[in-house]
Amino acid sequence: MRESIIMKIHYGTALGAVALVAVHILMRLSQKFSDSLQYQNVLANYHFLPYALMLEVILVLLSVHGFNGLRVILLELKQGATYERAINYGSIAAMAILIAYGSRTILMAGMGIS
Amino acid sequence: MAERVANREGIKGMANPTRYGLERVAYWLQRISGLGLLAYLIGHIYETSTILNGKIAWNNMLSLTETPGGHLVLVLVIGMCVFHTGNGIRLMISEGGKGVGKPGQPEYPYRASSLNSKQRLCIWVSIALAALAMMYGAGVLFGD
Amino acid sequence: MAAITASREEKPEPTKQTPPPAPAVESAPKTITLRISRSNPSENSAAKFDEFQIPVQKWTTVLEAILHVKQNLDHSVAVRYSCRQASCGSCGMKINGRPRLACYTKVSELDSNVITVEPMSNFPIIRDLAVDFKQLFSTHKKMKPFIINEGSEVQPGAKEFIQTPNDLEKFLQFSYCIKCGLCNSACPTMATDKSFIGPQGLAQAYRYTADNRDEGKKGRLKIVDQSHGIWRCHFAGSCSNVCPKGVDPAMAIQLLRGYLLGFRK
Repeated sequence: MRESIIMKIHYGTALGAVALVAVHILMRLSQKFSDSLQYQNVLANYHFLPYALMLEVILVLLSVHGFNGLRVILLELKQGATYERAINYGSIAAMAILIAYGSRTILMAGMGIS
Repeated sequence: MAERVANREGIKGMANPTRYGLERVAYWLQRISGLGLLAYLIGHIYETSTILNGKIAWNNMLSLTETPGGHLVLVLVIGMCVFHTGNGIRLMISEGGKGVGKPGQPEYPYRASSLNSKQRLCIWVSIALAALAMMYGAGVLFGD
Repeated sequence: MAAITASREEKPEPTKQTPPPAPAVESAPKTITLRISRSNPSENSAAKFDEFQIPVQKWTTVLEAILHVKQNLDHSVAVRYSCRQASCGSCGMKINGRPRLACYTKVSELDSNVITVEPMSNFPIIRDLAVDFKQLFSTHKKMKPFIINEGSEVQPGAKEFIQTPNDLEKFLQFSYCIKCGLCNSACPTMATDKSFIGPQGLAQAYRYTADNRDEGKKGRLKIVDQSHGIWRCHFAGSCSNVCPKGVDPAMAIQLLRGYLLGFRK
């Protein structure tokens, strides 16, 4: 993939994440912060489908943006074909693992499996 | 030895925010805050996953994070998040070629028009917003 | 002339025909310590600093101070220089921790009695203050720093290219680059990324891309749009901060990136 396309994705995920994370934080502030973290309240968030979907989108956007940012920093620190290939594929793998792990929480908590 | 011959400044030079003005400080802050936020994201995803282990596990996790230390970390995360967002938007606009001035005949003492007052203002506003958000966050978290 | 040679007592009253003489420039020479980084990678010798006491006037440049050392104290100091007027780009070095042209930096403007000169960072050292420009020139060449146009004016029957002052202004600033390498030395990405094109090369890619006589935009954008190309610039602005000719490489890079992001045509 061309670097310009990757960076357009980087910018796009950033803008999307800014909007959705703002909603996520505002939801925490809709009640007393410590109350919003109570077990039943958090579980209720996962059971509310639109909110769960939003969390899933945030998870994807931030994972892609974050690990691409890390990839950029690591590519600048050291060079070499093998190292760069490892960083590129490693970043994709890290993104996939984080998304899978976060999705598992959203999915299982949303379906009431625990 | 290879780096010695290449005479590159290395990580020390890259991570040194002094010497080249506010824009270099912003570059450094953007990197640090980005790394900090990624670390927080990973921690947050792990933290929230404990809800699958039931109420006791969740409350155990809360007893670790809902502490003055945990709140301090959250306040820092709020600051990093706001600065990274504000400065990131400035960078996105600038990297599209907007707000970096117009090419023209350079005149002594050759002040670079890309390092203009609008850019500096945006950096200061990002820092100020981050500070305000941290104060508000601290009020909410420690005021509970 | 008479007014200059006359003694104080004989000094004639100035008249409209003979303006008063300009006051003599007063400048007490002072002595500074010049610390020069000495190293010779070909002999694997560790870098060390040699200190010299140099008399300077307020107009003395760092290059003149170094040449004073070469002429009077230690002729083995290796330094590259040529024009002494910020035109050739030969004498770039780190002066008190910042990349500058030695011929363009006056000792008096550094506000310090100790001046430390080191070879520019991010360039391999040849010896002492002289560094190797091979990579800079090689990346410069990769940017195709010439007008690419099928209807070149050297072909028979071709007409001259018409260019308005506005067309000229779009790239003129960037054509003042003297390839001194200060921008590459200050760039934070260059500090760790040996494959990065660097601000000098990227600014030159924009200089030719923005030229309305040129038709090589597509090719140049392809060259810079790679993993160690234009996207490794994070607009830290250090390159423009140190440029001694007002080229503003950071601006050129952002404008060039505008083409890739679709903000510019």
